[in-house]
Amino acid sequence: MSFFTVSAPRDIRSKLFEINWTFVLLVALIGAVGVAMLYSVEQGSWNPYAIRHLVRLAAGLGLMVFVAMFPPRFWMGIAYPAYLGALVLLIGVEFMGVTVGGAQRWIDLGPIRMQPSEIMKIALVLALARYYHDLPEDRVSGLGGLIIPAIMIGTPMALIMLQPDLGTSLLLAATGAAIIFLAGLSWWVISGATVFAAGGIFIYLRFLIEPYQMARIQTFLNPEADPRGAGYQIQQAQIALGSGGSTGKGYMQGTQSSLDFLPEKQTDFIFTVLGEEFGFVGGMVVLGLYALLLANCVLIASSCKSTFLRLAVMGVATTFSLYVFINVGMVMGMLPVVGVPLPLISHGGTVMMAVLFGLGLILGAHVHRSAEPPKGAGLFG
Amino acid sequence: MRRDKQESQAQFNRRAILLAGVGGAAFTALGARLYSLQILEQERFRLRAVANQFNFRIDLASRGNLFDRFGEGIAINRDGYRLQILPEQAGDPRTALDRLAAYMPLSEARIERLLDKIRTTPRHRPVLIAEDVDWETFSRVNLHLPELPGILPDLGEIRTYPHGPLAAHVTGYVQTPPPSNDDAPDEVRNLRRQPGYKIGRVGMEAALEDRLQGTAGRTTVEVNSSNRILRELPEEAVPPIPGEDIRLTIDVRAQRAALLALDGQSASAVTIDLATGEIMSLVSSPSFDPNPFVLGIGQEAFNALNTSQFRPMFNKATTGIYAPASTIKAVVALAALEDGVTDPGERILCTGSVELGDRTFHCWERRGHGAVNLHDAIKRSCDTYFYEVARRIGIDKLGEVARRYGLGEIHDIGMSLPDSADGLIPSERWKLTTRGERWSTGDTFNAGIGQGFMLASPLQLAVMTARLATGRAIEPTLIPRDEPIEFAPMSTNPAHMALINQAQRAVVHELGGTAYWVLDAGRRLGDPGVEMAGKTGTSQVYSISAEERRQGVREQADLPWRLRNHGLFIGFAPYDNPRYAVAVVVEHGGGGSSSAARPARDILEDLIRRDPGRHRVRPVADRMEQARNGSGGSGAAEG
Repeated sequence: MSFFTVSAPRDIRSKLFEINWTFVLLVALIGAVGVAMLYSVEQGSWNPYAIRHLVRLAAGLGLMVFVAMFPPRFWMGIAYPAYLGALVLLIGVEFMGVTVGGAQRWIDLGPIRMQPSEIMKIALVLALARYYHDLPEDRVSGLGGLIIPAIMIGTPMALIMLQPDLGTSLLLAATGAAIIFLAGLSWWVISGATVFAAGGIFIYLRFLIEPYQMARIQTFLNPEADPRGAGYQIQQAQIALGSGGSTGKGYMQGTQSSLDFLPEKQTDFIFTVLGEEFGFVGGMVVLGLYALLLANCVLIASSCKSTFLRLAVMGVATTFSLYVFINVGMVMGMLPVVGVPLPLISHGGTVMMAVLFGLGLILGAHVHRSAEPPKGAGLFG
Repeated sequence: MRRDKQESQAQFNRRAILLAGVGGAAFTALGARLYSLQILEQERFRLRAVANQFNFRIDLASRGNLFDRFGEGIAINRDGYRLQILPEQAGDPRTALDRLAAYMPLSEARIERLLDKIRTTPRHRPVLIAEDVDWETFSRVNLHLPELPGILPDLGEIRTYPHGPLAAHVTGYVQTPPPSNDDAPDEVRNLRRQPGYKIGRVGMEAALEDRLQGTAGRTTVEVNSSNRILRELPEEAVPPIPGEDIRLTIDVRAQRAALLALDGQSASAVTIDLATGEIMSLVSSPSFDPNPFVLGIGQEAFNALNTSQFRPMFNKATTGIYAPASTIKAVVALAALEDGVTDPGERILCTGSVELGDRTFHCWERRGHGAVNLHDAIKRSCDTYFYEVARRIGIDKLGEVARRYGLGEIHDIGMSLPDSADGLIPSERWKLTTRGERWSTGDTFNAGIGQGFMLASPLQLAVMTARLATGRAIEPTLIPRDEPIEFAPMSTNPAHMALINQAQRAVVHELGGTAYWVLDAGRRLGDPGVEMAGKTGTSQVYSISAEERRQGVREQADLPWRLRNHGLFIGFAPYDNPRYAVAVVVEHGGGGSSSAARPARDILEDLIRRDPGRHRVRPVADRMEQARNGSGGSGAAEG
């Protein structure tokens, strides 16, 4: 222990004192934007979306702080069991999942319906972080350390692809790749893997793929396409954004929104309502809030002493930022239509809870940034 | 170990910053895209948002009324109850129509047709179920409206012809336009899709379509993504401009008198006011009721009208063309006098036939008329006399004079007439170019008695009569003229005119005149009574062959109806102060004196008794003006 090392807080009171309030404020602000937009979507009605969003936000913020109180060694302890549990649930949805929009994603546990893939997004991050935390430094950069992470990422990817949900599955891959990269994989391996993967994809698409498979990929990318066609959705979304102009049509004045030209406006397309009513300024403010939150995450990550926390923070932050990027890119027509919500703003319970749980891990990492759990530390070790 | 850990942390920081940089670049890309959409392209998208938000609803203009010269409505609008269905609110259209069928008669075939229509119409657009629903049914449907979602009862205007068949060939009728072709402008196609939209199909309804139709208005409406109307924007509404009310020159009572006089025969009559050229009546018998056409006449009823050998739908008065026969003799006589080939005192011997080469040309009076002068030749309609004078004049001079009197041309009466309505005045060149044969003297003989190639419509014959009566180049019209018109005098010598008209008076009023006995021994018209002048004509349809003669077919009455001669009569009255001219053609009616003279006289007598021509017709005050002045275009017109 060096002279400057500050020991991690032990009791609740000192932990609460360590909470990063800037972070909490940013999360609450983004969530509040969601409440305001959902209120507008129903032309000034709390029902049915805004009030539920508000309640979930409040509960979720509580959950976030609650999660932040747990020490890193607790998360390290449950990382592998949680990952295995999530895998079991993913297999479970194959047999008893509820079909929504053509894809099996939900599992019905009486009062709670949940999406195992949401759990897997966090469980995978925790498991990978734990794996690299335990891995001897000299093995991190080589190919050998890559085998188990590849299996850990590949298995849930394959299961989720079976649902079929290519979008989420690629999201897992990207998050996993980010963690592997941050853990310290050597550039040689990275370059080699990139070339190898690019070549493989090229050969597959160029020579091996059957036309029906190509069509199926299109369907994978867009499983919940509106019957009126994804092109129509994107056109209407762009009309909404473009007609908002620089400062928008005013709160609750969006015609595209109120006249039902916007598809899925309370969930995936909520950013278009925002853009129509608050214009470029509004859109940039919200993107700015996300950017500030993510910058905060990077700062928190680099302040962490332990590999586990650093990687866990960056893993969750990567998932979060991919959500934002894919969603906003999609409604602006830069990316294909995949069913990805805008975190903290889109209406939807499971995602909201999963996101705030993940953010709770980041907040907890800040609280416990000085903790240095030993390699192989267990729940009670 | 410690060093390793620090090194590891430093490496993590480098890579985290790199990753954050990638993220930052991605967010910058999002911002750039947002900038491009919302700042650079905002105008384009703003317009598209407006186009999404607003739509137009067409408000049909009230169609202008047609009145007779006394302001009697002959084509007007009345309110009619309509039932429409709005598919987007009706749920399953089949069920909706079946439910409705419980309250009104709706045949299975009708339901099938409506379902077809609904399938091909956007769901937010109402489809017409029934027009002109009776009050009982309408109120019953209204009573049960809560159980009939998507059924829209409303009030529409229905074109109606209060006098039924009386003026059918003048007014024509309106009908739902046929589906327009795809290259019509959107505006036209939208208009044509409006339930209740009609256009004039024939007669004055068609000829005056542009003036009667008015201009449809439009209401801006806000619609949602499924095009359902959410609200109207009255401040941006363009009100419809009602069509113009138009008075025609005809007199409904004269129409009735004419139709009664023609007594259901296959015939037609045209009368002209000699002071103004206004057509007082224009009838084609038997007539038809235009009202069923408005809402769609049934196939059976239509077939009955269409296949009748009397051709009720055909306007015989303007488009029927017949050999003018002896009605043209006055014109031939004028041509002869003008050309100096004869004088009123010259007598020509009629023996009943004339030999020309190897052909024999008969006079209708087989026993011959003896030596006849011009007066007698017209009065007794001697064919031999006119064979001879026609030969002397020649066909081209004869044709020129006939044209001057209004034959062989289409008169612009305000109604569009087919090209075939111009009839035919033959000439030497005409025969050479169309038939490739030289004109023969025999052809001239036939032309001299209005047979052979010569063809004219009853309208043209009426114009000829009007010009003969007045010596002025009268032009007929169905639309009143803004200013009283003074027709130019014809170049004819007045003395010749007087001679001709004396002879035509004698046809009716002198013993031996061809119409003397059939018109009650020259009875005067009306009370105290005026004299008339006239000319009979018999247009040969079929020549009884020698073979048939031997078999006992002697009389026209022995022939089947469609082979009998047409009867013609032209006339004007009063003789000494001509006011009205008439032309009557009775198809297959036999000789002119027997079938056409009486109707013609009756028609003239009705006009002489009532003198409807005294009433000066002015155009109806402009309804568009009324609408602009805010008095509303209810269709109420003065008069």
